[in-house]
Amino acid sequence: MKRRHLLATAALGLSMAFGGAAMAQDKTKACFVYVGPIGDGGWTYQHHQGALDVQKAFGDKVEIAWQENVPEGADAERVLTQMALGGCNIIFTTSFGYMDATNAVAAKFPNVKFEHATGFKREHPNVSTYNARFYEGRAVQGTIAGRMTKSNKIGYIGSFPIPEVVMGINSYYLHAKKVNPNVELTVVWAFTWFDPAKEADAAKAMIEQGVDVIASHTDSTAPLAEAAKAGGKVIGFGQASDMSEYKPSPRVSSIIDNWGPYYVKRVGALMDGSYQQADAWEGIAGGEVLIGDITEAVPAEVKAEAEKLRDDIAAGTYHPFTGPIKKQDGSDWLAEGATAPDGDLLGMNFYVEGITGDIPK
Amino acid sequence: MFGGIDPALLIASLMVASVPILLAAVGELVVEKAGVLNLGVEGMMIMGAICGFITAVETGSPTLGFLGGAAGGAALSLLFAALTQVMQANQVASGLALTLFGLGLSSLLGQNYVGIKPPHTGAVPFGPLADIPFLGRVVFGHDPFVYLSIIAVAAVWAFLKFSRGGLILRAVGESHDAAHALGYKVVRIRMLAIMFGGAMAGLGGAYLSLVRVPQWVDGITAGAGWIALAIVVFASWKPWRALLGAWLFGGITVLQLNLQAAQVGIPVEYLSMSPYLITILVLVLMSSGRGKAALNAPACLGQNFHAAR
Amino acid sequence: MLKLEKRPSPSVMWSRATPVLAVALTMVAGGIMFAVLGKNPFEAIRTIFWDPLFGEFAFYLRGQLLVKAGPLILIAVGLSLGFRAGIWNIGAEGQYIMGAICGAALGLAVFPTENRLIFPAMVVAGALGGWAWAMIPAVLKTRFNTNEILVSLMLVYVAQTVLAMASTGFLRNPEGMGFPGSRNFSGYAAARNGFLWEGAGLHWGGVMALATVVAAYVLLQRHMLGFQIKLSGQAPRAARYAGVQPDRLVMLCMGVAGALAGMAGLFEVTGPAGQISIDFNSGYGFTAIIVAFLGRLNPVGILFAGLLMALTYIGGEMASTNLGLPSAAIQAFQGMLLFFLLACDLLTNFRIRLAKKGEAR
Repeated sequence: MKRRHLLATAALGLSMAFGGAAMAQDKTKACFVYVGPIGDGGWTYQHHQGALDVQKAFGDKVEIAWQENVPEGADAERVLTQMALGGCNIIFTTSFGYMDATNAVAAKFPNVKFEHATGFKREHPNVSTYNARFYEGRAVQGTIAGRMTKSNKIGYIGSFPIPEVVMGINSYYLHAKKVNPNVELTVVWAFTWFDPAKEADAAKAMIEQGVDVIASHTDSTAPLAEAAKAGGKVIGFGQASDMSEYKPSPRVSSIIDNWGPYYVKRVGALMDGSYQQADAWEGIAGGEVLIGDITEAVPAEVKAEAEKLRDDIAAGTYHPFTGPIKKQDGSDWLAEGATAPDGDLLGMNFYVEGITGDIPK
Repeated sequence: MFGGIDPALLIASLMVASVPILLAAVGELVVEKAGVLNLGVEGMMIMGAICGFITAVETGSPTLGFLGGAAGGAALSLLFAALTQVMQANQVASGLALTLFGLGLSSLLGQNYVGIKPPHTGAVPFGPLADIPFLGRVVFGHDPFVYLSIIAVAAVWAFLKFSRGGLILRAVGESHDAAHALGYKVVRIRMLAIMFGGAMAGLGGAYLSLVRVPQWVDGITAGAGWIALAIVVFASWKPWRALLGAWLFGGITVLQLNLQAAQVGIPVEYLSMSPYLITILVLVLMSSGRGKAALNAPACLGQNFHAAR
Repeated sequence: MLKLEKRPSPSVMWSRATPVLAVALTMVAGGIMFAVLGKNPFEAIRTIFWDPLFGEFAFYLRGQLLVKAGPLILIAVGLSLGFRAGIWNIGAEGQYIMGAICGAALGLAVFPTENRLIFPAMVVAGALGGWAWAMIPAVLKTRFNTNEILVSLMLVYVAQTVLAMASTGFLRNPEGMGFPGSRNFSGYAAARNGFLWEGAGLHWGGVMALATVVAAYVLLQRHMLGFQIKLSGQAPRAARYAGVQPDRLVMLCMGVAGALAGMAGLFEVTGPAGQISIDFNSGYGFTAIIVAFLGRLNPVGILFAGLLMALTYIGGEMASTNLGLPSAAIQAFQGMLLFFLLACDLLTNFRIRLAKKGEAR
């Protein structure tokens, strides 16, 4: 406890000193902690684009700084402390694994704002959380998949069995099933976020099983490249970034993580004094989830249907998890017309009815 | 057909899946036969991946790309050669440092190449042969590097076993002092071996970034270099067994994903650790059977040589 | 022509001077690299080597050096014993993970009991976990003559899958809303590995690391076993005549290295990392191999090598956030430092002479 006090005092003095300097220069410092390298072309790359958007939006008034490749273990707390000591006014921690470190460091630096991506803990008034409703995008993909599949077999490459991924699988399956009752879903778990060769193998294994639409929850373009080798018979989607180099087919659409609007909004709010603690979970409506251009490989009526779903979700007239929905074991989850509460979604650890196989435990 | 998996497709994919580790493993095998332990395979592979990718994108030619990849791997290995052969530095530590350096440097070089699609490497046109049932898919449906990797295994085997050069190389690896006494240039031979190993690892890396994935992303090799090192040990320094090891490892990796896709009821978490466990198991069976025969490591492996006179 | 001449015994003067020379050379070469990347080389070098020790925030970062160096030293000392005896355990990363899982599992099983004995018991469980994982290659080697390099490396990947299973399955925080990761030990006083006194940076892991350095030094200098280890590495056949039982030595060296790595994992997971999560391990087990060789397999050398490594990590992070250097440049810089350290070792063991023309080589 004493240590905290000591640090907090030191930090207070420092942040006041820096605060003074910031006032004089009229500069806000926004800092970003990344779990991977910017060159991953996926998750971290998209966060960094968001950071660059902040720089673009405010020009000289902000200074941005970042740290790549910060492991989600012991190092996170140190990097955060260094950043806070170094005069960052707002720090975005862009991976789930930083949750406890973010809250621990936030306790020591009450004057610095912390924004944690994809978590749920806000133990201190200066910690906010934000996330994107990627499952909304999965609903659009599922619709396209259900309509486009000829073999009635669709696939999903999972990374790790965590709620975020399970949510995506369920949404994808439900919407494919809705437009095509005969559809069957194959899930392959790669047990990695990033191993392009393994992702390619996973896609290939599914294609050999007759799967002809592949969605993936890992970051590289390897599954799309594998689909491309099938000579137009297999399609897939861009994940995290647009992956437009595989247009018009096999990449027929994409989910783009678009963090820029949120980052610009929060840094802007901090600068004009309207900043408040928040628990943001925006989706297509807020612009954080972008549905990449649906290409001409998709028939016009399917495209129209998918776009309508996208617009309905954006308008708030449709929720991708609307009852009646049963769990895989046949027990009831959502009653007719009920929509899923956010709490259920955030902790989702079950498949919906109709998906075969088990979630690894 | 078992469990809904087509064996022809499975064999065809395992051949493709094991190309990068096989190329790198065969290269490293020659290095170790010369008595040098280079643990920097991962670093050389990823340098090959980025150099090959840049060359292919800038020139538009996959062939030049592969040459570029081999050159990139060899260039990095030269650093290792200079450290260990000239400066007499510790081989284990130099190899690990090489990996660290290679990962960093490749990422710096690749900064402007994220999200670009490289030129396409096609399959070898075998014409009607590719339509033979089973064999057509397994034997005649691949890109040139699948065949090249097998040819490389045969060539290395023949070189080590039948050629005078191979004999000298092995002599250097077994006893550098004796080889030196006989008048062979130990350091020069080892440097050549190291560069060959680097070029092969680079080629394996380029295969990843140009054919397997094909894209440049940071850390694309994702540990393939370490697996290649393990394959050399698995093979107890015999080229054909390296092929067996690479196919075994690649095969189980592909098989476990296929079993998942075919929805066979084995828990996924056990499937995903199976390639490693089965590799251990097979090695145990092979090494226990013939006792000492498994201890095939070159006698001077990892030891530096300094000519006293 | 320059000519190398082997010294009869390593030069004491040069063995102390070469690290300094190597660091100086790295500063020059690294400075050139930073300049090429468009950064001020002097500022970058100062940020990496000077600021963590004597800069504005040194009060915090000096402690963090110990936090970062502790597990590296602890693992490296254990590994060095085996390396000296010619036993190649390169799977410390797996032993580190399994130690952390076993120790953490014990702590989580008795949660929320408060008892003074819990933490020591967890340390023992951690050591046993690492020891058991190292016993697999050791037993296979002694019984079946199986190569320990391959087995220990393969077991790292198996351990990583077990870790993923633990954090998404059997050790998952029941109050974590379905998210992966165990309970955080920072909220569990009996099992927490906190700093010994406020702001110290020294936790039990650091103490253990220092104790291990001393113990290993004494062992190698004064004890019969130390002599046997050295002898087996340098002259295996002579060692047999001297009565060394190779199998016993393999079990012992692997076991000690595994137990120390397991303990390091436990100290890390209950302290700086705080919880079991999918990738809490930050590659300490692999980095420790470099540290062991950098320290010339000598306990005191390892102590300094571990601290130097830690310095480049922490200084590198600062350079990265403050100056916008890509983390890849820091990696390459670390690689360079290792190259120079290894190359300069030449001067310790060899004399460089100007060879006269015509002298036989």
